[in-house]
Amino acid sequence: MMSIIKASKLVHEYQKLGEDGRVESSYRAVDGVDLEVEPGQFIAILGHNGSGKSTLAKHLNAILLPSEGSVHVDGKDTRDAEKLWEIRKTAGMVFQNPDNQIIGTVVDEDVAFGPENMGVPTDKIKKRVEEGLKTVGMWKYRSHSPNKLSGGQKQRVAIAGVVAMHPKCIVFDEPTAMLDPIGRKEVIEAAKRLNREEGVTVILITHYMEEVVEADRVIVMDQGKVLMQGTPREVFSEVELLKEHRLDVPQVTMLAYELRKSGMDIPKGILTMEELADALVQEKKAP
Amino acid sequence: MIRDITIGQYYPADSVIHRLDPRTKLVGTLVFIISLFMFRSFAAYGVSVLFLAGVIRASKVPFKFLIRGMKSIMVLLLITVAFNLFMIPGETLVQVWKLKITDEGLYTAIYMAVRLSFLIIGSSIMTLTTTPNQLTDGLEKGLRPLNKVNVPVHEVAMMMSIALRFIPILLEETDKIMKAQTARGADFDEGGLIQKAKGMVPLLVPLFVSAFRRANDLAMAMEARGYHGGEGRTKMRPLHYEKRDRNAYLILVLYLVLMYAAKKLIGV
Amino acid sequence: MSIKLEHVSYIYSQGTAYQKRALDDVSLEIPDGQFVGVIGHTGSGKSTLIQHLNGLIRATDGKIYFGGENIYAEGYSMKKLRSKVGLVFQYPEYQLFEVDVFSDVCFGPKNLGLPKEEVEQRAYEALQQVGLKEKHYKKSPFELSGGQKRRVAIAGILAMQPDVLILDEPTAGLDPKGRDDILDQIALLHKERGITVVLVSHSMEDVAKYVERIIVMDEGKVRYDDTPRNVFEYYKELEEIGLAAPQVTYLMHELKRRGLDVNPSVTTVEEAKRAILAATGEAR
Repeated sequence: MMSIIKASKLVHEYQKLGEDGRVESSYRAVDGVDLEVEPGQFIAILGHNGSGKSTLAKHLNAILLPSEGSVHVDGKDTRDAEKLWEIRKTAGMVFQNPDNQIIGTVVDEDVAFGPENMGVPTDKIKKRVEEGLKTVGMWKYRSHSPNKLSGGQKQRVAIAGVVAMHPKCIVFDEPTAMLDPIGRKEVIEAAKRLNREEGVTVILITHYMEEVVEADRVIVMDQGKVLMQGTPREVFSEVELLKEHRLDVPQVTMLAYELRKSGMDIPKGILTMEELADALVQEKKAP
Repeated sequence: MIRDITIGQYYPADSVIHRLDPRTKLVGTLVFIISLFMFRSFAAYGVSVLFLAGVIRASKVPFKFLIRGMKSIMVLLLITVAFNLFMIPGETLVQVWKLKITDEGLYTAIYMAVRLSFLIIGSSIMTLTTTPNQLTDGLEKGLRPLNKVNVPVHEVAMMMSIALRFIPILLEETDKIMKAQTARGADFDEGGLIQKAKGMVPLLVPLFVSAFRRANDLAMAMEARGYHGGEGRTKMRPLHYEKRDRNAYLILVLYLVLMYAAKKLIGV
Repeated sequence: MSIKLEHVSYIYSQGTAYQKRALDDVSLEIPDGQFVGVIGHTGSGKSTLIQHLNGLIRATDGKIYFGGENIYAEGYSMKKLRSKVGLVFQYPEYQLFEVDVFSDVCFGPKNLGLPKEEVEQRAYEALQQVGLKEKHYKKSPFELSGGQKRRVAIAGILAMQPDVLILDEPTAGLDPKGRDDILDQIALLHKERGITVVLVSHSMEDVAKYVERIIVMDEGKVRYDDTPRNVFEYYKELEEIGLAAPQVTYLMHELKRRGLDVNPSVTTVEEAKRAILAATGEAR
C-alpha cells in the first residue's frame, strides 16, 4: 500500500534577513526528518514548543515547502505547484487558535468555505456541510454565530470545515492547546471518531501526553529531529528519557515508574489507570 | 450601550423579507432613501409610512426592537432638529429669550425629523433581516459588472465579510487589553488630550500586534482550505431571483408611482 | 493584607436580554500569605471573581474588604488597590507593548508615580524573580519565546510589588517545560516573599501540586472551599460540573474498590506512591 505521507530527509530552514536583505542567520526548525504514514493510521507527534513539530505539520499540506529533502502527500510531491490544490484537498489541517481559522459569520457558511473553494456543485456542498457538522456533533448549531460558541465547539466547527473537503488525512496542529478540559475532550473525541469510523488518517500534534495514549504510533521531536518513536507503550517505557527532555508523562505512568523504582514488580509502559490497578492487585496477590 | 444599536444587527426570523434576495433588499433600501429626498411632501411621506408599516409587518421584527435601536441615534436626531428649528430664518412664530422659532424652521425641522427616522428605520429593516454574509454576497453579485473595469469585487466582498467576523473579536480583545493595562496602573481617562493620546499606546500596540497575528493565522487557514481567489468558486447558497423578488420590485415601482401621485395630486 | 468578600453578586448587562448572573452571593476570605487555587470550567464565574478582587469589576451587590477597608467606600483609591492586588490575565504576553523587555516591566511602577531609580530597581528585581536572563532585557518582547514573554508579563505585575498576586491560567498554551518553570517560579515567590497567591487553573494536577486551598466555582457560586485533599474527595461531584480530580485520585479510589487497603485521599504522584508502598508493605 502506498503511504499517504512520506517525508524523507526533510529540512526546513528559517532565515532571518538583515536590513540589507541578506541572510543574517538561519535556523533549522526541522532537521533531517523521515516520516512515513500509512492510510488509516493515528499518529501523534509530541514535543516542546520550538521542537519543530508545528513546522513539520505545515509541510504536510504544502503550507511550507522543504528547504531540503522532500514531502510526498498521497504520492504527490509538495513542491509540484500544479498539484498544490489537490494536495490541500487530500491533507486538511486544523490549527491551534479556534478564532483565527473560522472565516464564516455563520457556522454552516464557514463549513461550506472549503468545498466552495474546491468548486463543488451547490447541492453537493449542502450535503457535505451537513455530513461534516453531523460528524462532529455540531449540526444543531448550524445557524449560530461562531462568536457565541465555546472553544471546543469552535474547534469542532473547524474540523467540520476540513471534513467537508473529504480529505484522506487531517493534520491537527495543537488543536487543544487553547482549550479547557471539556473542550479538549470534545476535540480529541472527534479526531478519534474520524479515524475509527471514517478511516481518515489522523496526525495529531500536541503536548498533552494523555491525548496520545491511544495512538498507533507516537513520534517525539526535539530540536528539529525525531528523538524517539514507537507505540505509546514503547515511548512511555522510556520515562527517564522523557523526563530528561522535560516532557510530560501521564500521572499513572509516572506513578508506575516510581513504584517500579521502589522495587515493586510492575510492568514497564503502563498507560492507563486500569492497567496500573490490575498490576497492583496482581502484585498484592502474588506472595 | 453598543449592544442596543440595532443597525448592523441581525434579527433571526422566518419571513418574506428575510427570504428576499439581498440584492432586492439593497436596491429597495436605496430606492426608499432616494424617494424620501425626491418627493418632499407630507402626502408622499404618508405613502412612505404605509410602505414602511407594511414592510415591518411582513418582516416579523417586533416594532419595539426596532425602536430600541433608534434610542441611541435619538441624540443625533434631536440635534439636527434643534439646528433646523432655531437657525433657519423666516417669519417668527415663537420667541424665547434669543431663540427664535420660525415657520420655515419648524417646517424644515419636522421634515428633517421624519426623513431621518424613516431613513434609519428603513436601513435597520434591511440589516435586521439580512445576515452580513448575505449582504456581502448581494454586493458581490450585484456589483459584478464592475469586475470588467478591474474593480476586485470578490476580494472587496471577502474583506468585508472577514471584517464583519472579526470586529466583535477585536472589540472583546480591546476590552481585555484595556483591563490588563488598568491592572498595571494605567488610566485611560486621565489627563489632557495629549496625555490621553499617549495613554492609548499601551492599548493600540498590543491590539495591532494581535490583529496582524490573527490576519496571518487566518490567511494560512484560508490557504489550507484551498482558497485561491474568486475564480472557480461555487456557492452553497447562490443568489438567484425568485418570484417573490419580482413581486417585491413591482411593489417598489408601485410605491414610487404612489409617492409621485401623492405629491402631484395633493401637493402638501 | 487579607481580602474579604461578603455576599458578592455580579450581574452582567443588567436589564437587557443578555442579563446573566455571573457571581451569586459569594462570601469568602483569603488571609495573608495563602496559596489558593480557584478552579471551575469556562463560564463558572472564576474570571469574574478574580476581577472583583482588584476592582476591575464592581460588584452589583455585596461588599469587598481589602486589609479591613471597604474598597467601595468613597475616596478609596482603586489605583492603589490595583498596585497591592496584582492581576495577571490569561495570555498576558498579549499586553506587552514597549520597545524592549525592561521598559515594558517599568510600565507598572511608572504608573505608580515612583522616582525613576526606584522604577528601574523594581523592574530589575521583578525580572530576576521570574528568572529571565539579563541578556534578554534589552530585546524586543516580540523576539522572545512564548514562555519567556509570559514571564516578562508576570514581571510587569511583580514590579508593582503587590501583596497579593492573582494569576488567571498562567500556564495556558505553554508546553510542559514552560508550565513547570512558571509554576515553580511562582511557588518560590510565595515561599520566599510570603506573597499571597491566587492561582486560577483548569489543571487539577497543577493545582493539587502547589496550593493549600481550593475554591471550586460553579454557576457563579462557591461549590467547595477546602484543602485539595478534601475537595478531591468529591471527585464524582466535580465530574458533574465538568471538572475532574487528578488521575491518581481516581486510581486510589479504584484500588480501594478492588479491595486494596489504601487511603484514597491523595492528590499527587508522590502521595500516591507513599500510600501504595505503605499499603502493600503491610500486606506482605
